Order: sequence, then structure tokens, then C-alpha cells
Amino acid sequence: MRPAATMSAQRAAPTVRINLLAVLRRRSVPLTIAMFVCVAYFLLPLLWLVIASTKSDSGLFNTFGYSVQTRDFQLWHNVRQVFSYGDGQFVRWLVNTVFYAVASAGGAAVLATAGGYGFAKFDFVGKRAAFAVVVVSIMVPGIALTIPSYLLFAKLGIVNTPLSIILPSLVSPFGIYLMRVYAADAIDDSLLEAARIDGAGEVRIFFQIALRLLAPGVVTVVLFTLVATWNNYFLPFIMLNDPSLFPVTVGLAQWNAQASGGGGAEAVFSLVITGSLISVLPLAVAFLLLQRYWQSGLSAGSVKT
Amino acid sequence: MASSADTLVTAPPAALPRRRKGPRRKARRGRAGYLFVAPFLLFFAAAFIAPLAYAAYTSLFRTRLVGGTVFAGLQNYREVLHDQAFRDGVLRMARFLVTQVPIMLVLAVAFALAIDSGRLWGPRFVRLSIFLPYAVPSAVAALMWGYLYGPSFGPITQLADNLGVTAPNLLSGGWMLPSIANIVTWEFVGYNMIIFYAVLRAIPAELYEAAAVDGAGPVRVAVHIKLPALRPALGLTAIFSIIGTFQLFTEPSIMHTVAPNVINRSYTPSLYAYNLAFTDQRLNYAAALSFAMGAVIVIVTAAFVLVFSRRRARS
Repeated sequence: MRPAATMSAQRAAPTVRINLLAVLRRRSVPLTIAMFVCVAYFLLPLLWLVIASTKSDSGLFNTFGYSVQTRDFQLWHNVRQVFSYGDGQFVRWLVNTVFYAVASAGGAAVLATAGGYGFAKFDFVGKRAAFAVVVVSIMVPGIALTIPSYLLFAKLGIVNTPLSIILPSLVSPFGIYLMRVYAADAIDDSLLEAARIDGAGEVRIFFQIALRLLAPGVVTVVLFTLVATWNNYFLPFIMLNDPSLFPVTVGLAQWNAQASGGGGAEAVFSLVITGSLISVLPLAVAFLLLQRYWQSGLSAGSVKT
Repeated sequence: MASSADTLVTAPPAALPRRRKGPRRKARRGRAGYLFVAPFLLFFAAAFIAPLAYAAYTSLFRTRLVGGTVFAGLQNYREVLHDQAFRDGVLRMARFLVTQVPIMLVLAVAFALAIDSGRLWGPRFVRLSIFLPYAVPSAVAALMWGYLYGPSFGPITQLADNLGVTAPNLLSGGWMLPSIANIVTWEFVGYNMIIFYAVLRAIPAELYEAAAVDGAGPVRVAVHIKLPALRPALGLTAIFSIIGTFQLFTEPSIMHTVAPNVINRSYTPSLYAYNLAFTDQRLNYAAALSFAMGAVIVIVTAAFVLVFSRRRARS
């Protein structure tokens, strides 16, 4: 099967011919109502987060969660608090998160693209075995990997450094699986053969011909690793103990532990809630804008199996 | 001669001239393959193989208070098998697996079918709304739901109080597992739905046209065309869900700060391994336990694949 991008384009074509009225008449009101009820389940928690971040701590306790208090609107105050609390450590956490995510995603995409292309378009001794090991490794529990990695990193002296987060994130078995499937489809063997007859070297063929054709797949792998690193809690939770190196997930969890532990009279609940909202925003926006890449990449990975 | 060779060779005729150019050319191309996969495999060896080999090695040793570290063979593994806390954790995850994963995947399939049916108003809005929670880091999702469940200012309790009923304590022992299952479902239904939706979009239009000619209604199209097309993706998402379930760590770890008496140190196998390694410093035992957990994942996944593919062969 071809990648979904071309398939959906094919399917979109005949719908244009059907007149608009027929499309509208097909729509079902009961089904739409049922689906909007379901949508409420997914959106209401986030709506609560937005509304709660406009409240002071006393507002949180004394008003209904979904009522907006226009007279006691604390959003800007809360945002300022989030960015200034603890010498602006939240800003540090955001910068760390972006740095870890971009470095990991960039590196992982380079490795997965070259590797996926190699696995898809060349025959060499040990190829099947190597690929099988990589695919099976998807099943290795994170904890089984992270504890010994921590011990090895401790011996190398890179525990509690950015390297301890980025190095393990560079290897994405799912990414290379995805790129292999994608490369097998997107690059025609005859194209490579023609380039070879013209005397182009393998490296040049990869950079000048293959890479361009692989671009949509690369975007998908970048997105995947970016989100995986951005959302990662487990690895930094174990590897880091210096708060100035924390990503935003671990930092917020630490604030929450302080708030739940009831450490003094500090306004920390509103801090955690507003911080959570801010940490969600960049990825949510990126998701909505780049949604089509998810779909095409995911379908390439799942249609094939 | 030539004709008999042609009938014997099973490869497509286009492959013939290339083959005549000799094996040397092919071998050289093969070597170029190593060039492309080597960087990945190098990092893979460093980040996957080396830690696993190290863990396998340490799992065979034991640290005694007196006498230091000694070789213990499979003793740690024997202890894991009889460890009640580990068993409880695995059973808890098994219960989670047989309830949460089917609910999540059925919902994802239903939503994908509804959106693909073309019978919805605002299908794009519906799709993006359901997918949006996947953008929320699981740590943040757990924090947020912890507040929503909470008795102090959670809207669920507030609503129940206003209606004059007592809300169940969603953070109590009896409710904790369903509460966590709800968080995971909320996060991942959309992700699975997008996979299924992408598969549905890739069904060739000719199939639908043929079905329309045969007079098949939307339900028959769904049952006979769409659901069979979803089968491989369903298998893949189920496997990823099995793997993910047994590794559950972030949500229970965050819930522990909210309800420390409910989430004990061995609530999930991952949490247990973490506490063994970093709280108790029992690294050898933690390594053995992690491998036992990996074995559970492999066995359950293999059993699933076996059942799943056998059923497919029958139908």
C-alpha cells in the first residue's frame, strides 16, 4: 500500500463531485450529539485547567471549579508567579525541556533515517537478525533499561547531566521501524539504480535523492521523538537530582509534592495548575498544526504490518 | 537454453540483467548498507545492549551485609518468583490490562468509525478534540486528574455536594485502579483513534463503490469492509498497550504524592523495581525483577499474538 498522504488525496477527489446538499443530508444529528458528549469527556478536564489557572488558591477552594470569577481574575498574577517563583526555575525547566526534546529528536531522526534507508534498500549479512533484535527491543520495559543505564552512567560520571537524558533518547526502535517501512515505499529501486549507473556514490544518492523523498517520514519521526522526550517523566526523574536540570514534567511534579505536603502557607496549588497549563500549550498548538503528519506517518507504520 | 532458464528463474525478468553483472557489484552495495545502519546500531548497542547485558550480569549477584557481593546464580530470580509484592503488582497490571485496554481500543475504533462515516457535523473538531489529550504529558495529566478527583477542590466532589449526594472517594484504595485507568484512557484513546482513522482513510474507494452497487448499507460496510481492514492495526495497538500497561509508572508515581497510603511502594512492578533499586539499594534484586517483568511482557505479548493470528486464520 502507498503512504496515506497519496491515498487520502485520491479519496478526496470523488467527494468534490458529490453536491454539497447530499453531503449535508447524510449527516446524522443523533450521532453528532452522541459524539459531542464524548468530546466533552476529553475537553472538560482541560477546560477545568484553564479556568482553575485564573483563580487564587482561596478561589480554588471556595468557588465551583467551572465557574469563572471575573471579579477575582488572577490569571496574569498566576502566570507572573509561575515565572518568578524560585528565581524563575520554571523558565529554566521550559528551556531544558525544549533543549532535551530538540537535541533528542534531531539526533534520533538522523540515526533512524539513515538506518531505516539502509535496512530498506540494501542487502547485507546479518540484516535480518539485526532488525529483529531492534524490533524485539521495543518490548524491553523502560525500568529494566533505565536502572542499569543509571549505574553505567554513574561510572562514566554523566549522571545528573543533560547527556544522561539525551543519549538514551537518541535511539528510537519504533522510529527506525517506521523509517524502514516508509523508505521501502517512498523510494523506487529503479531510481537508485539509475543514479548508480550515472556513477553517483551511495552517500551522494542518499543526500541528493533519497532524503528528499523521505522528508515526510522524517517529520513524523521528529514529531514522535519530540513528543516522547517532551513528555518523558521517568528517565529524567531517575537520572537527575539537580532541580536546575529538570524538565518541566519533573519540576511540576516536585511543586505538586510540595503543595500536597502542605509546606507552609505558600500559594502553590495555583502555581502547579497554571504551570501545567503553560507546559501543555506549546505541544497542543504544535499538534493541531502538524496533525496531518501524524496521520500519514502512523498509517504508514500500521497499514503495512 | 535461454527459455528453460527463464522458466526456472522465479525472480521477475527485470532482475535478470542486473544479476548478470556479477556478485561483486552487489557485495559492494551491501557494504554501503552497513554504512547507513552502523550509526544507529552503534548507539543501539550503547543505549540498549550494554545496559541490558550489565543488568543481566548484576542480576546473578547478591550483596551481603557481611562479605560483600557474591555470585548467587539464579537465586535472585527464585526469590522474585516467590515475592508476593511482585506477584500482587503483576496481577494488578493484569486486571488493568483486561479492563482498560479493551475499553480504550473499542472506544478508539468506535470514534474512528464515526468520524470516517461522513455522518458527523464538525468531524475535524471532533477528531482534534479527542486527539488533544495525547499532547498532555502523562505527568501533567496525572497531576490534573489528581486535582479533579481530589476531595478538597475537585469539581466532581463539588458537584456531588451541591446535589446533596456523597461522591465516592476516587483516590481511595477501591477506586484507585479505575481512577488511573481513566487517566490512561483519557490520554491514549485519541492516539489509537488516529491510527485507526488513518487506516480507514486508506481503504480504496473502489471497495465502497462495489459495496454500494451491491446495496450494502453503512452498518454492513462497517462490519464487512472497515472492521476487517482495521484488524492488523488493532493487533499492533493491542501489543503496544500490553507493553505500556506492564510498564505503568508515571501515573501511579504522581498519585503516590496525592494518596500515599493507597499507592504503596510495589503498586506496579516498575514502581517496585524503582524503589528496590533507589530506596533500598538492592540493585541486584531490582535487576532480576526487571528481567522477570520483561519476561511477563514477552509471554503475554506472545500469547496475544498466537491467539490473535490463529483467529484470523480461522475467519
